[in-house]
Amino acid sequence: MSDALLEIDNLCVDYETARGDLKALRDITFNINKGEIVGIVGESGCGKSTLISAILRLIAPNTRFRNGEIRFKGEDLLTASEEKIRSLRGSDISIVFQDPMQTHNPVISIGNQMVDIQHRSKAPKAEKRAYAAKMLAAVGIPDPDARLNQYPHEFSGGMRQRIAIAMALMSEPDLLIADEPTTALDATLEVQIIERLKNLQKDFGCSILFISHHLGVIAELCDRVVVMYAGAVVESGTVREVFHNPKHPYTKRLIECDPGHIKERARVLPTIPGEVPDLANLPSGCIFRDRCLQAMDRCTSVPPLTDITESQRAACWLNHMEAAE
Amino acid sequence: MTAILEVKGLQTNYGDVNVLAGVDFTVQPGETYAMVGESGSGKTTVIRAIAGLAPAQAGSVKFDGKEIRGIGEAAMRPLRKDIAMMFQDPTGSLSPRLTIRNLITEPYKIQGMKDRDLDAEAKRLLEMVNLPSHFADRYPYQLSGGQARRVGVARALALEPKLILADEPTAGLDVSVQGELLNLLNALRERLGLSMVIITHNLNVVRHVADRMGILYLGRLVEEGTTEDIFKSPRHPYTNCLLSANPEPDPDARLERIALTGEPPSLLNRPSGCEFRERCPMASDICTNTPIWETAKGHGIRCLTPL
Ligand SMILES: Nc1ncnc2c1ncn2[C@@H]1O[C@H](COP(=O)(O)OP(=O)(O)O)[C@@H](O)[C@H]1O
Ligand SMILES: Nc1ncnc2c1ncn2[C@@H]1O[C@H](COP(=O)(O)OP(=O)(O)O)[C@@H](O)[C@H]1O
Ligand code: SF4
Ligand SMILES: [Mg+2]
Ligand SMILES: [Mg+2]
Repeated sequence: MSDALLEIDNLCVDYETARGDLKALRDITFNINKGEIVGIVGESGCGKSTLISAILRLIAPNTRFRNGEIRFKGEDLLTASEEKIRSLRGSDISIVFQDPMQTHNPVISIGNQMVDIQHRSKAPKAEKRAYAAKMLAAVGIPDPDARLNQYPHEFSGGMRQRIAIAMALMSEPDLLIADEPTTALDATLEVQIIERLKNLQKDFGCSILFISHHLGVIAELCDRVVVMYAGAVVESGTVREVFHNPKHPYTKRLIECDPGHIKERARVLPTIPGEVPDLANLPSGCIFRDRCLQAMDRCTSVPPLTDITESQRAACWLNHMEAAE
Repeated sequence: MTAILEVKGLQTNYGDVNVLAGVDFTVQPGETYAMVGESGSGKTTVIRAIAGLAPAQAGSVKFDGKEIRGIGEAAMRPLRKDIAMMFQDPTGSLSPRLTIRNLITEPYKIQGMKDRDLDAEAKRLLEMVNLPSHFADRYPYQLSGGQARRVGVARALALEPKLILADEPTAGLDVSVQGELLNLLNALRERLGLSMVIITHNLNVVRHVADRMGILYLGRLVEEGTTEDIFKSPRHPYTNCLLSANPEPDPDARLERIALTGEPPSLLNRPSGCEFRERCPMASDICTNTPIWETAKGHGIRCLTPL
């Protein structure tokens, strides 16, 4: 596909641990097209952060790439030189973390930080400062010129996260990666940020990879969604396909569990009984098998991620029933 | 029936900062009351002030009919048996060097109940929160987020309290795990006849656990009523904004979102008139007057032009 910006093919990543290899990502395959907002949804521990660190090659020392490719504009990031990766990071690919304090230096004013990150530009300082003020205004910080002189602690949590987004967008990246950027915020601020991101995506034309465990946010913000469970992609498709017609039992259960879905007061809320499998000691067959209400004999072998429609894919044997009959 | 908790005109100041500007609410026995509001609105301070862990310079806090505001730690200690706290971020508040057995039975030691068989109590408490008994030998870092919350619940239940004050009990949990914890709290409430005050900013949680709810803004209630009433027909514009800011897991949900602009004002510089007026989508000239608290049919509100 010519309009693919990021292509991930059969990515397998392990962590070496005292208990043996922890298989954090197995056979991850999906694309992000130019100008698209793709969400990754899954519960904690499913490998969302591992995936991002693999894309950015900002990995823990015990990380082992076992298989697969991550191509950005056609070039494999896993084999690219360190120099090449460094030049992509912060210019073509930017990131916003859950905790904006990870981005901000507490002892440098926001204005100076925003000037410093333009180190690649030859423009005079006054021009860089003006650009910084313009970006603050773009993320809805009132009175940006004056606020450039303030320090991170002088801003509220919601503002700090918007400033982190402004900083990530300053290099006009092709891909903005956001790792749970709204998880620590109130719903009102969360909504402000997703509306802001939608508009910024239109203005800047970048692609966004948005990581969250909040289904509502994904449904509202994203064009497409990738559902992960215990280190594997179990389903992907347009948000409409996946939310309205999920083809994997895990996706179905996850949507049913979301209390935002249940309008009448429920005496007992739906849950997914059982535990996530131990990734250092993987069970055989379908990864969801021991929690799946529809598991059958066939599920003792791993179901492939197969096409359901042109855009929707799922890894579940239930989708192969008709073909088998 | 005597209310289990009756809070009137509760005020907390930290230095010059007036964090709680007169909070009133009542919890009946067996009832769950939810306090909602944005971060910084004073939710944590409300329950800490009730439990004597934050200052309360004015007002009244009656537990089971008895005044407990400002009674001092010595008089408060025996009451800690009846009033249990569940803190936000349980792993952070659980001492990392203690086993789960020691953690959940620590309240007996604090209360000087030395005659208890702590092994048996630990087993009973773990069972109550649906954790296997061998968890007694584990340490907090060996628990998942959901398991750590259960340990927090077990510890809070150790002394068979009458009232639980829970600060953001499901914050940061995945939805399926959040459901498990809420089911557990609901079941225990029915079985043990507990009353609860739950602090949260997650409205989806409130709908499923609370009988009544109060909405806090800048350390003052702006609306209060039954959960059902407030979800069906919110009357304060701020409540309406909060309810509409709830992203739904449906890409076609046509949300009539009411934008809440700006940020909460500084407590050091409280706005004149209605304190919500600078952000209120309904604000008009009359909102420069100060609204008073008005109630009708158990639904209270502080707004000059309610919906
Ligand atoms: N450096 C590491 N060494 C060993 N295990 C790790 C390391 N980093 C993460 N993990 C494990 O890998 C799995 C995926 O983690 P992560 O990518 O952080 O998930 P998520 O971001 O979805 O919560 C989890 O089981 C986690 O405990
Ligand atoms: N110990 C303290 N000293 C000074 N200010 C405090 C203290 N604790 C809380 N505050 C302030 O009181 C306000 C309300 O805080 P809090 O009760 O934690 O709100 P919430 O729980 O709703 O987020 C905030 O402005 C906070 O900064
Ligand atoms: S493959 Fe089998 S066990 Fe796995 S989700 Fe489908 S039905 Fe359930
Ligand atoms: Mg993560
Ligand atoms: Mg709090």
